[in-house]
Amino acid sequence: MSVFILRRLMQSLVLLCVMTIIVFAGVYAIGNPIDILISPDATQAEYDRAVRALGLDLPLWQQYLVFLSKLVQGDLGKSFVFNEPALTLVFSRLPATLELAFAAMLLSIVIGIPLGLWAGLRPDSVAGRSIMAGSIFGFSLPNFWQGLMLIMVFSVFLQWLPAGGRGPTANFLGINSSLFTAEGWQHLLLPALNLALFKMSLVIRLTRAGVRETLLLDYVKFARAKGLSSRRVIFVHVFKNILIPLVTVIGLELGSVIAFAVVTETIFAWPGIGKLIIDSIFVLDRPVIVAYLIVIVLMFITINLIVDILYSVLDPRVRLADMKS
Amino acid sequence: MRPLMYAVAGVFAAVSLLSAPVSAAELRVGLSTEPTSVDPHYHNLSPNNALATHIFGNLVEQGPVQELLPGLATSWKPVADDVWEFKLREGVKFHDGSPFTADDVVFTIKRAGNVPDSPSSFAIYTAAIKDVKVVDPLTVHFVTDGPYPLLPNDLSGIAIVSRKYGEGASTADYNSGKAAIGAGPYKLVSFTPGQSIVLEANKNYWGDKPKFEKVTFRPITNPAARVAALLSGDVDLIDGVPTADIAQLKKNSAVSLSDAVSNRIIYLHIDSDREVTPHVTAKDGKEIKNPFKDVRVRKAISMAINRKAIVDRVMEGVAIPAGQLLPKGFFGVSPNIEVPKYDPEAAKKLLAEAGYPDGFKLTIHGPNDRYINDAQIVQAVAQMLSRVGIDTAVDTMPRSTFFGRASKLEFSLLLVGWGSGTGEASSPLKSLLATYDKEKGMGPSNRGRYSNPEFDKTLAQALVTVDDAKREKLLQKATEIAMADVGLIPLHYEVSTWATRKGFEYTGRSDQATQAMDVTIK
Repeated sequence: MSVFILRRLMQSLVLLCVMTIIVFAGVYAIGNPIDILISPDATQAEYDRAVRALGLDLPLWQQYLVFLSKLVQGDLGKSFVFNEPALTLVFSRLPATLELAFAAMLLSIVIGIPLGLWAGLRPDSVAGRSIMAGSIFGFSLPNFWQGLMLIMVFSVFLQWLPAGGRGPTANFLGINSSLFTAEGWQHLLLPALNLALFKMSLVIRLTRAGVRETLLLDYVKFARAKGLSSRRVIFVHVFKNILIPLVTVIGLELGSVIAFAVVTETIFAWPGIGKLIIDSIFVLDRPVIVAYLIVIVLMFITINLIVDILYSVLDPRVRLADMKS
Repeated sequence: MRPLMYAVAGVFAAVSLLSAPVSAAELRVGLSTEPTSVDPHYHNLSPNNALATHIFGNLVEQGPVQELLPGLATSWKPVADDVWEFKLREGVKFHDGSPFTADDVVFTIKRAGNVPDSPSSFAIYTAAIKDVKVVDPLTVHFVTDGPYPLLPNDLSGIAIVSRKYGEGASTADYNSGKAAIGAGPYKLVSFTPGQSIVLEANKNYWGDKPKFEKVTFRPITNPAARVAALLSGDVDLIDGVPTADIAQLKKNSAVSLSDAVSNRIIYLHIDSDREVTPHVTAKDGKEIKNPFKDVRVRKAISMAINRKAIVDRVMEGVAIPAGQLLPKGFFGVSPNIEVPKYDPEAAKKLLAEAGYPDGFKLTIHGPNDRYINDAQIVQAVAQMLSRVGIDTAVDTMPRSTFFGRASKLEFSLLLVGWGSGTGEASSPLKSLLATYDKEKGMGPSNRGRYSNPEFDKTLAQALVTVDDAKREKLLQKATEIAMADVGLIPLHYEVSTWATRKGFEYTGRSDQATQAMDVTIK
C-alpha cells in the first residue's frame, strides 16, 4: 500500500511540473495580459512600466524560474487582476463550488440509484421505460439551455426560487457555508439541479446496466435457489457488485463537477472557481490559472487515489500493490 | 399524487416567502462587468472607477454626459500659464468624521500613479502635474509642465483618498475595507469578488443625500441570466441589456428601459502607412502595394459601408451612425462633418480611379468578445466591401489575442472601439490619430499609423490652449482634417442600455457607468 501511494506521489510531482510548463507556454503564446488590462490611452512608457511591474519583461524561461523559486516557498504569485495572492483567491472561491458540487452529486446519487435499480429490475414496465426515456433527455439537453429554462420556469414565471447568486452563509462546526441557511438552500437548489441532471442520467444508466447484467449471473441464481429473500438478493448480492463501476464514475464525476462547473456557475452567477477560472483565462491572469490548475490536478490525484482504495474495500480480489497505479 | 404536488408547491411557496420583500430603501444592481478592486488607484478600469465614485468622490465630477461639475473642489481657474488654482469644498468629512483638507489632495496625487503592481495605473492623469502646492487648507495650486488645459478633465478621473488611511495602505487594505474611507455618498460594507459588493448610505455626505440605505452590486456576466434576474425580481437594475432582448422588454410593463449615447465610437482602423500591408493581396493572391495609402481607396471603403443598415439590423437600432469621433454635444465635436453617405456606385468609381477597377483581396480583423455585437459588425462590413468588389474575408478572435496582435500592427483593416474617458475630443484625437511617437506619448493606439503634419500641429496647439472656446475650435479643425483624410473609418456610437424594475428609473450616462446616484425611485 505505501509503495503504491509513494509511486503515485512521484508521478503527481512530474505531472504538476509538466502541467505548469504547458500553462506557461500556452498563456505566453496567446498574448500579453497587459494588452488587455491596460487603459487604451496609456502611453508607451506607462505600458513598459506595467510590463515590468508584473515581471513580464523577462524571457519566458526566467519567468518560469522565478515562479518555481517562489513556489518552493509556497508562494504561487499574485493575481495580475486582483493584486491578491492567487492561491488565496482560489481557496476563497472553492467553498462555493464545493457546496454546489456536493449538492449536485448528492441529488444525482439519491435520485439516480433508486431510479436505476427500478429500471433495471422492471425494464419493461411503463415506469422503467419512462425513466430510461427521461435519462436520455438528461444526457442530451445542453447544460446552458437547460439552466436558462430552469431560471425561466422557477424564477421568472413561478417566482419560487432566486435566479442566481449565492445565499448568505453561516458558520457550523467551523465551516462557513450557505448550506446552513434556508436562503442558502433556495439559491443552491437550481444550480445544483442543473449540474445534477446529467450526472443523474449517468448514474441511472450505469445502475440499470449493472443490475441487468448481474441478475443473470450464476451467483444471483444460486442465491435465489438458496431461498434468500428477494430484498436480500438485490440489496446485498446485486447492489454490492454493481457498486464498483458506480464508485469509479461518481468519483471522477465529482472531480469534473468541481473543476468544470463553469457553465452552470456563469449562468447562475455562482461565485465559484469555475467562474474565476473563466474570467482569468479571458484576461490571461496567469498566476490564477496556474494556481487553479495545481489545485485541480491535486484534487483529481486525490480522488483517483481514494477511488482505488475504495476498490480494494469493495472487491477483495483487488490488491493495491498489484495495481499499476 | 395530487396531495403530494400541493405539498411540494406549499413548501416552495413557504420558502419563497422567506425571501422577504425588499424595502424601497434598498437597491440591488446586476452588473455586466465586475469591479476588480476597491482600491481607486489600482486599475484604471471603468467598473472600478464607477465603484470608486460611490465611495470616494473626486475634486471634479463628471455629470451624465461627462460635463465637468464641482465635486470636492468648488471652483478652479488657471492663475498663471502653468498653474491651476483649485478651491476645495469647506466642511467635507470623510466617512470616519475626519475633515478633508488640501493635504489629502497632495497625498492622493502622489499615490495615484504609484500603486505597486498596477496593471494600468492612473499615472496618465497625473503625468502633467509637476508639483502640488498647498496655499491654505482649502486652496491648492497645481504646477504643470507648461500650459495644460486638460487638468480639470484629468483630475475628474482621480478619486480622492484620505491620507490618514491611505498612508502605507495596500490594495488589499482597500478591498478589506480597512482603508476604504472616502468622502463619497456611500460607505463600503463588504467586497466579495464574484459575489457581491455591499454599500450603505453616508448620512453625512456633503451633496444630495443618498437615496438608498443599502446598495448591493452583484456581478451577473451572462446577459441572458442578467435579464432573468431582473424579470424574477432578484435585482432592481441591470446594465448591458442584450440588444436581442430589448424589443421583448419594451413590451413588458413591469420593466422600464433607459438608454444613453455613449462616448464610445466603434471604428475601423486602416493601415495607411506601410508600403505593403499584410492582409491585402491582388485577387490572384499576388503581393500588391498597399492600396490604403491612397485616400481615394479609404474614402471608397467608407462610402461602401451602409452604417444605417448596421445600426438597424446588427445593433437592433441601439446605436447611432457616426461620422467623427464623438457624438453631438461633446466638447470638440465639429458641426461641419456629416455621416458619410452610403453610395456603393461612387465607391466603385473611386476604386477604379485609384487603379483598382476589379478590387483586391482583404482580410478584416476584429475582437469577438469586447464590444456590443462586434463579430457581427465585422461580418456585415465584410459583406458590404465584397459588394463593391473587394473580396473580404473575416477573422475575429477573443480580445486576449486580438489587442496584442493589433498593437503589433499585424492587421490591415481592423475593428476597434474607443471611449473618451475625458469626455472631449482630444482623447481620441491624441491616441488614435496623432503621429505615433513613443517619446512624446502621442498616438499610443494609432494602429493605422495615420500621420499628417498639419493635423499634428493643430492638435498640439489645442493641447496647450487654455481658452475653452479657442481650444474647441482647434479640436474641431483637427477632427475635420483627419476625417477628410479618412485617417480612420467611423462606424457608429454605442448606445448603452439599462433596464429597471417597476418603481425605479435610471438616467443613462455617456461613460457607460452604472451608479446608484443616477437611480430615482418612482
